[in-house]
Amino acid sequence: MISVQNVTKIFETKEGRVEALRNVSLEVGDGEICGVIGASGAGKSTLLRCMALLDQPTQGEVAVDGVCCAGLSRAQTLALRRQIGVVFQGYGLLAQRTAAQNVTLPLELTQTPKKQAQARAEQLLEAVGLADKARAYPSQLSGGQRQRVAIVRALAANPKALLCDEPTSALDPLSAQAVLELLQGLNRQFGVTIVIITHQLQAVRALCRRAAVIDQGEFAEQGETEQIFTAPRSPVTQRLLAEAKLA
Amino acid sequence: MREFLAEYGQMLAQGAGETLYMTAAALFFSYLLGLPLGVLTTVTAQEGLRPNRVINGLLEWLTGLTRSIPFVILMIAVIPLTRLIAGTSIGPTAAVAPLVIGAAPFAGRMTESALKEADPAAVESAQAMGATNWQIICKVLLPEAAPALLRGCSITAVTLVGYSAMAGIVGGRGLGDIAIRYGYHRYEYGVMLATILLLACIVQVVQGLFSLLVRQIDKRNR
Repeated sequence: MISVQNVTKIFETKEGRVEALRNVSLEVGDGEICGVIGASGAGKSTLLRCMALLDQPTQGEVAVDGVCCAGLSRAQTLALRRQIGVVFQGYGLLAQRTAAQNVTLPLELTQTPKKQAQARAEQLLEAVGLADKARAYPSQLSGGQRQRVAIVRALAANPKALLCDEPTSALDPLSAQAVLELLQGLNRQFGVTIVIITHQLQAVRALCRRAAVIDQGEFAEQGETEQIFTAPRSPVTQRLLAEAKLA
Repeated sequence: MREFLAEYGQMLAQGAGETLYMTAAALFFSYLLGLPLGVLTTVTAQEGLRPNRVINGLLEWLTGLTRSIPFVILMIAVIPLTRLIAGTSIGPTAAVAPLVIGAAPFAGRMTESALKEADPAAVESAQAMGATNWQIICKVLLPEAAPALLRGCSITAVTLVGYSAMAGIVGGRGLGDIAIRYGYHRYEYGVMLATILLLACIVQVVQGLFSLLVRQIDKRNR
């Protein structure tokens, strides 16, 4: 579904060149839930932005559903972005719109008829248990509720894949658990491919069959989740696991 | 009191009307120019939707230049331009031209700072949804910044009330003109005091109306 091949991303800053990603490769299969684990500053967000086609890799390529995203026109890039829903850290909801109006945003962008968009929003909000919050504004919702609105908004235009940046980090354990169950349910029900990028090991362990560990812009380890957790080969993974146990 | 009103009442009422007229007209045209100016500056900024160093530098320079000229001087300097636009340089309508030239960059700055209130994650989300920059401006930046835009509008309006008083110097009429002619040239402090009271009332009412409106439309902290 999403193929990342030998991607290197270099930022030119005033302090010099920063290599945010170095030769990273990741294959996310159709209908899979894949995890990327890393501490803050490891290059997670850059990887997410590259996969969401918001940033162009300096080297290497990203392909979505077999379409390589290099050298596309602006319109083609925008169309390809619609194939991927993204849930950003901090939700990114519009504060001046109701939950339902937030969900219809991606549909408005493609000139979907209003009635149809509203029906879709209602249906999605109901599916995540927020039918009674359709007219509430983000400021009236809890963190877990906002996250659920952000997730269904990302799914509103029927993308094939969903990228989640730290979906559970800002939530209390119960809400976090609910969000993880929701993601799993969406994956089973609609077959949507999901990539979870997080520093929370338990989220990855609960959901992902395959995972990768990112450190200083490079993949330290990649493979079956169970193997990564039970027999970590890289020192980075071992350190992350030890820290998680202490916490 | 009754005598005072009989003698000056009509003049003061007309002055207040002229001040309101100048402020309202100048506010409208300032934002007609300032809103696109602010949006364009934000969009072309380094962290903007479409960074463009040349356009951004040019806009910054233009805004900085006009903003650094004291309004009294600017107003006199643009008299030829005022004649060109309004046909005359005397009267409230003619005063609107220099007021707009003075306040449009200010409105642009207000717009710029208001647009910073839109959550960057919301903008990023819209980009990830495949929104065009135009869609992001219309559906995310402006609506999300609406309360801040109105607050900026309120500040610009109050600034314009102040500017319009200065317009009295070059024949713009209004309360400022009355205050200068009666208070300054004739030492009639009663009239001066009345203009101050009227100006204060206008400012309070304008501010009050805008904050009411902001509270009505802002959906945060409910």
